[in-house]
Amino acid sequence: MTTILPRKDVVIVGLGWTGSILAHELTEEGLDVVAIERGPWRDTAIDFNIGYAQDELRYAIRRDLFLQPTVEAMTMRNNTSQTALPMRDYGSFLPGNGVGGAGVHWNGHTWRFWDSDFRIVDHLNERYGSGRGADLTLQNWGISAEEMESAYDRFEYLAGISGKAGNIKGQIQEGGNPFEDPRSRDYPLPPMQMTYAPTLFAEVTRSMGLHPFPTPSANLSQDYINPLGIAMGQCTMCGFCERFGCANYSKSSAQTTILPVLMKKKNFEVRTNSEVLHLDLDVSKKHARGVTYIDTSGQEFFQPADLVLLCAYGLHNVRLMMLSGIGQIYDPNTGEGTVGRNYCYQTNSGAQVFFDDKNFNPFIAAGALGQTVDDYNGDAFDHGPLDFVGGAGINCIPTNGRPIQTRPTPPGTPRWGSQWKQATVKAYKATLGFSSQGSSYPARGNYLDLDPTYTDRFGRPLLRITFDFPDNDIRMSAWVTAKMEEIAKSFGGRQYNISPRRKGWDSVPYQSTHNTGGAIMGADPNTSAVNKYLQSWDVPNVFVVGASAFAHNAGKNPTGTVGALAYFSADAIRQQYLRNPGQPLVSA
Amino acid sequence: MKKIVFSVILAVAALSSGSAFSQAPDQADEIIRGRYQAILADCGACHTAPGAKPLSGGRPLETPFGQLIPPNITPDKATGIGNWTEQDFRRAMKIGIGHDGKRLYPAMPYPAYTKMSDQDIGNLWSYLRTVEPVFNPVESNQLPFPFNIRLSMLGWNTINFEEGTFKPDPSKSSEWNRGAYIVQGPGHCGTCHSPKTFLGADKTDEALQGASLQGWYAPNITGNPHIGIGSWNEDEIVQYLKTGANAHTIASGPMAEAIQASTSLMTDEDLKAIATYLKSTEGGSAEKPQPLAASDPHMTAGAAIYHDTCSACHGGEGKGARQLFPALAGSPLVQQPSAETLVRLVLNGSQAVATPEARTTPSMPSLGWRLSDQQVADVLTYIRNSWGNAAPAVQPSDIAGQR
Repeated sequence: MTTILPRKDVVIVGLGWTGSILAHELTEEGLDVVAIERGPWRDTAIDFNIGYAQDELRYAIRRDLFLQPTVEAMTMRNNTSQTALPMRDYGSFLPGNGVGGAGVHWNGHTWRFWDSDFRIVDHLNERYGSGRGADLTLQNWGISAEEMESAYDRFEYLAGISGKAGNIKGQIQEGGNPFEDPRSRDYPLPPMQMTYAPTLFAEVTRSMGLHPFPTPSANLSQDYINPLGIAMGQCTMCGFCERFGCANYSKSSAQTTILPVLMKKKNFEVRTNSEVLHLDLDVSKKHARGVTYIDTSGQEFFQPADLVLLCAYGLHNVRLMMLSGIGQIYDPNTGEGTVGRNYCYQTNSGAQVFFDDKNFNPFIAAGALGQTVDDYNGDAFDHGPLDFVGGAGINCIPTNGRPIQTRPTPPGTPRWGSQWKQATVKAYKATLGFSSQGSSYPARGNYLDLDPTYTDRFGRPLLRITFDFPDNDIRMSAWVTAKMEEIAKSFGGRQYNISPRRKGWDSVPYQSTHNTGGAIMGADPNTSAVNKYLQSWDVPNVFVVGASAFAHNAGKNPTGTVGALAYFSADAIRQQYLRNPGQPLVSA
Repeated sequence: MKKIVFSVILAVAALSSGSAFSQAPDQADEIIRGRYQAILADCGACHTAPGAKPLSGGRPLETPFGQLIPPNITPDKATGIGNWTEQDFRRAMKIGIGHDGKRLYPAMPYPAYTKMSDQDIGNLWSYLRTVEPVFNPVESNQLPFPFNIRLSMLGWNTINFEEGTFKPDPSKSSEWNRGAYIVQGPGHCGTCHSPKTFLGADKTDEALQGASLQGWYAPNITGNPHIGIGSWNEDEIVQYLKTGANAHTIASGPMAEAIQASTSLMTDEDLKAIATYLKSTEGGSAEKPQPLAASDPHMTAGAAIYHDTCSACHGGEGKGARQLFPALAGSPLVQQPSAETLVRLVLNGSQAVATPEARTTPSMPSLGWRLSDQQVADVLTYIRNSWGNAAPAVQPSDIAGQR
């Protein structure tokens, strides 16, 4: 039996970065807000206790903080000719679980996407004439970098991002990223103090005529008090960021930037260990009445609400839309349908340089402590003579020197035994790695839908991912990786090793938790699931917030844009939607 | 303040329209002033249990003589003080004798409240009449024989109690006198911070020099430059009382509760007055002891533990971070004669209080599961004797009792 609960103004599904931002903004508006979170409550002192937070076995290998496939699995295949099978374990990507979501265990790279991303089709047509990327399903996002500027600024100041501006109001700033779009002001904190490897990377790439700059980091370079009045501490460079909660209040997350204020509000409440099963639509299918969720005892509840915000991980947002009958599921054969469309990922490659005479002290590290070169990212370079679109940021960000997983060895080293031991001893301190974070562009055959065979513990179909790296992206990555090889050679090490990206996405080895798209934003309801305010075209009292809205993925980590979109959407709800609730903010 | 005025007016309006009794509109000022007296006196600290309705009876107080439960002081006739007269209330506050001549135990700090002015007590009474009556029977007296005999307080009062309203010192500023009045009277700071005689009375000649209670050590808050707050300027004291944090420290334990319910709601003028008065008081040896040698084996062991476990937050030099991690270097709390509070913080952890100007509520994690008694003792010995700090070494036997 389902218990019907008292109505709320707003129900939020998932209390990670976006849920927390929206909850804070809408409670400021005076609305009565409840967040329903599938995972547990997580708090710095208790859950990321300094005495055990840095446990590589527990958190990095056994993945204590992540979503487990027993709770929700997904099926995968590379193309429609295959039969998708469930992933027995999460490997290629690792969705978060619990309060704070994936924002608990991220590294902290905090980027702005470019105007040439948001207006990608227009931009390519303007620069190269029509026809570029014809084998892709690129779409404009329906917004511009100028529109997004203040939203990015707010997220960066919320999170105390440490970096160096490259372009303030059109003035190029020495030492910043010269390729970025104009920003209104510098980052709230200066860049982190560099360790040796990124320092050397910057020297080498600069000598090659490239433009290295400090990676914008959510690991704080200094103590900081954010606009909500919440204090954060200086990062100690312990090297336990990705896959870990921060014990030092030094890595931005919902816990360290929003929750202390949000949780004290009388008009906010979170229900943890409660999984939303679906949204409930009325008979018109154009209005959501609320959500149905189930707690760990198996008790079902119906939470009525005027406004429903899907703020779960992007993939879960898409699945919940499909399970709730919101919008039409994308069909790759016809190209019709919007939900599940333009699923993208990240096209990465790596390089390692082995030295004899250097000591990089790799254990002095932080998730986003490093240097980036954007000369080959996005459309920063001329694609005229090239057979691809897109690009990659090249990053030297030695995130950690943790003992189990940091075992670099040069090619030709045995995989075990005394020679392997000798090689790891030699290479541990004397290896420099850098990598490309490559764009992932949408292709007609890459999409999300519901699996026809496999179901979860409640009998609901699993999400099915059909994905392989498009040929365009493989060509892009090969070209960028060749540039990386030139850089690797220039270091003058004893030996180097290149790991290119190859066709055939494999869901087992970890690659990136940057799954984007599936409920993309845009200006046309025939090709996008949500409008530029992330409001569902089909059910206007539902907003779908997160990387699910990305019309493609750029050569950058998504969190900065996810946070900015949350603010952009919150502003639209506060300033426009609430004046005329239930109505579309953009007429189709 | 506007909010308070508004809610009191509402309360008055509600009462006026009801049949219980009516009040003239000009009583609103008196009630508002009385509500402020309730803040100064922090009545809720004892008389409101966590999650319960205001003043409907508190959680048990553990005293050296046994357990007392703070009674229900809402105007409920059956279980509160609804049958009391204003005269009953004045007698309770001034001489510790309640309704029907029942003698109060001095856990109710009438030895401090006796210094309150008649007007302030009158206002407080007016306010208490407006609190929502709550039916909640509380048997206060849980003491064992012979302490459960209330008449025994007659003798106690003869030895320990001096009745009398606060007398201003004409040689001091009005600000100083206001501060002294709050600290000695309604604020009853000495109830926690003054050492006690074997009878549980304040040692008046050692007022505010620090005392142990309920598993915490309420530190020396005199103007002593080393173990008191003499090294803080007035603004820093005000900031601490207002927000729960300043450049030197972050409140924890019962003081965090007192800040949240009481001092953070006081006016800036009153906080300044308290600071002025406390800075002028003397207590404890002004002579700073010699720190333990850094080469002492317990110091070197403590240093290793500190750098491994504590320095990530508190810093290699014990400097902390503003509003987040308390500084340990130069901290009076760290250098108290007793390390009781420090032991508790390391074993159990603690969370800072939320005030409008310090909203982070950072936590000290619990480390008791990780460190042995010897290790806790050594790391505390180290922080008490590093970076200019100096205080007696902590022994493993000091830890065991607090686990």
